[in-house]
Amino acid sequence: MSDKTPDEHEQKPAEKAVGVTRRAALVGMAGAAGTVLARTAKGQDVQVSGASLPDLPEDSSRVVGKLASEFGERSPFEKLERVTSFARSSSETPLQSLHGTITPAALHFERHHAGVPMIDPDKHKLIIHGMVSRPTTFTVADLKRLPAASRICFIECSGNLYHDAGEQTTAQLIAGMTSQSEWTGVMLSTLMNEVGAKPDASWLLAEGADAAKLTRSVPKQFWDEAMVVYAQNGEAVRPENGYPIRLLNPGCEGNSSVKWLRRIEFGDQPYMTREETSKYTEPVKGGVSRQFSLIMEARSIITYPSYPDTVEKGWIEVQGIAWSGRGSIASAEVSTDNGRSWQTAALQGPVLPKAHVRFRHMFNWNGKETVILSRAIDESGYVQPTREAWLAARGPGSGPYHRNPITGWRLRAGGDVVYRVEEWA
Amino acid sequence: MLLVAILSETIPSPALFEGSAMQGYRFRLFSPCTALFAVFATSILLLTSAPGHTADGDNAPPVYGFGRPATEAEVAAWDIDIRPDGSGLPPGSGSAAEGAPVYAMKCAACHGANGEGGLNDRLVVHSADEGFPDAEDPDSREHRTIGNYWPYATTLFDYIRRSMPMTLPGSLTDDEVYALTAHLLHLNHIIPADAMMDASSLPQVVMPAKDKFVVDDRQDFKEVH
Repeated sequence: MSDKTPDEHEQKPAEKAVGVTRRAALVGMAGAAGTVLARTAKGQDVQVSGASLPDLPEDSSRVVGKLASEFGERSPFEKLERVTSFARSSSETPLQSLHGTITPAALHFERHHAGVPMIDPDKHKLIIHGMVSRPTTFTVADLKRLPAASRICFIECSGNLYHDAGEQTTAQLIAGMTSQSEWTGVMLSTLMNEVGAKPDASWLLAEGADAAKLTRSVPKQFWDEAMVVYAQNGEAVRPENGYPIRLLNPGCEGNSSVKWLRRIEFGDQPYMTREETSKYTEPVKGGVSRQFSLIMEARSIITYPSYPDTVEKGWIEVQGIAWSGRGSIASAEVSTDNGRSWQTAALQGPVLPKAHVRFRHMFNWNGKETVILSRAIDESGYVQPTREAWLAARGPGSGPYHRNPITGWRLRAGGDVVYRVEEWA
Repeated sequence: MLLVAILSETIPSPALFEGSAMQGYRFRLFSPCTALFAVFATSILLLTSAPGHTADGDNAPPVYGFGRPATEAEVAAWDIDIRPDGSGLPPGSGSAAEGAPVYAMKCAACHGANGEGGLNDRLVVHSADEGFPDAEDPDSREHRTIGNYWPYATTLFDYIRRSMPMTLPGSLTDDEVYALTAHLLHLNHIIPADAMMDASSLPQVVMPAKDKFVVDDRQDFKEVH
């Protein structure tokens, strides 16, 4: 593979156990001491956290269980993990092992540019100034007093395409930098009303309180849906995701949803920060680069079956997720014959705009080698492209951002499922 | 009526960008396709996302007034962004000669003795004629440096001051930031060794990549573009 990987993946992550996968799960148990074997993404059986497991009764129905606790933990048998990049400036969601569409907060992907800051929420403040009538300083408590709003949507890093493990590549490695949460906070429009944003303000600058003091300019066309959020899946936003508050631009590249938000300045022109000039821009044909390409276009990926699953001849429920930053998913299609024909998959409702939706399709596999694919079509009519179409439209040097190709999984005659390797340059 | 009101806020008028740094861009925000999309997106928003709020007596106040007036001092302490027109640049100055020893001490460990890169990004062009990264070149990403990809010199000052050095951001004096900016511009063959960079000269520096950026027009297409 000669893929030009994004910043967050300057080097291949150490080969590691990717965690207990959905279908592989526990493959053995040894004794009451709780030594547990789990199957890694490479198909190896390894011992996991044996010492942390409780003594297991032979029959759970004959022993009084654990009493109520202040804070719940997942079962010690569950070991799902993010995969971190070599420099630990990012980590990826284990898409192949999740169900439904909500990403557990602890498994939400990360991308940060100077680490995760430690912030006291009682001391944190958000200053809104610039082209406003009333420059205002809000505490987190102030924000929580304002009319609240909640929304389920995805956040995706625009560099969300990484594959460097050949056939042993998981959905997590290819597309794990998209995650979905129910976010709760204040509509930006509410805050604009509070501070008296000037009608001729057309750009805002959002700044984080991390050591990068990361800044992005966001144009007015995204303000109607933007939020300043303090909660993720019902509890406070995780530190990795912006605690105590972050900006949220639904459907836009994750970098624009500035985390650890401390300042919003309204202005009438873009600020041309480093992130939006030298980094999150992509060369396109004609000897120029595309800038402020914030919208994440439609994409999908089959999460089952995918590497390292194994399958049997007969009925297989193919499933995955589809999403689009342009709006709602109109349909997700599945091909079980390497793209020669496509069938419309069932969508699990509710189908929300700018949100992951799960699709499912029953495939009656004849046991012969084939490649399965999925493609997303959104309400604007946009169709997720093949790698070939993407490269033809953008050029091999346009990466690493906004790559959303159809992804294939090869079902081998014996039932092994591997990634259909594709060269990007 | 509500939809119309929101739409009028959603679709910017072309006048918005006159005289701004975006003026030279080929804007396509106003195409019929984009407008249709805006209608659609807005209606979706209204149907599914807008939470709506009720208030006692259907009589919400114009503002709730939570929060407090921001003081000039606290705004000034954080308002460190520099725009392409130079607004925000502080007093102070520095030259490439003054920047070289600062660079050697605080930057070279990650970016190489002469900006050739190392643990972190290459900052300097291989030569003055290293062109703009080409989408047709598979190695395009290796060709993103200050000298051929950064469109504004002001961004250099902003970024160094806000984020560098990585292990001690915010530790440089404004004079040091001007000097480092000058040093990097000089290494990239953009300004002479003796040029002083300050609040009036830095915005005048014309970067080789200045006119190389276009605005996103993907929304006008239903296929990959």
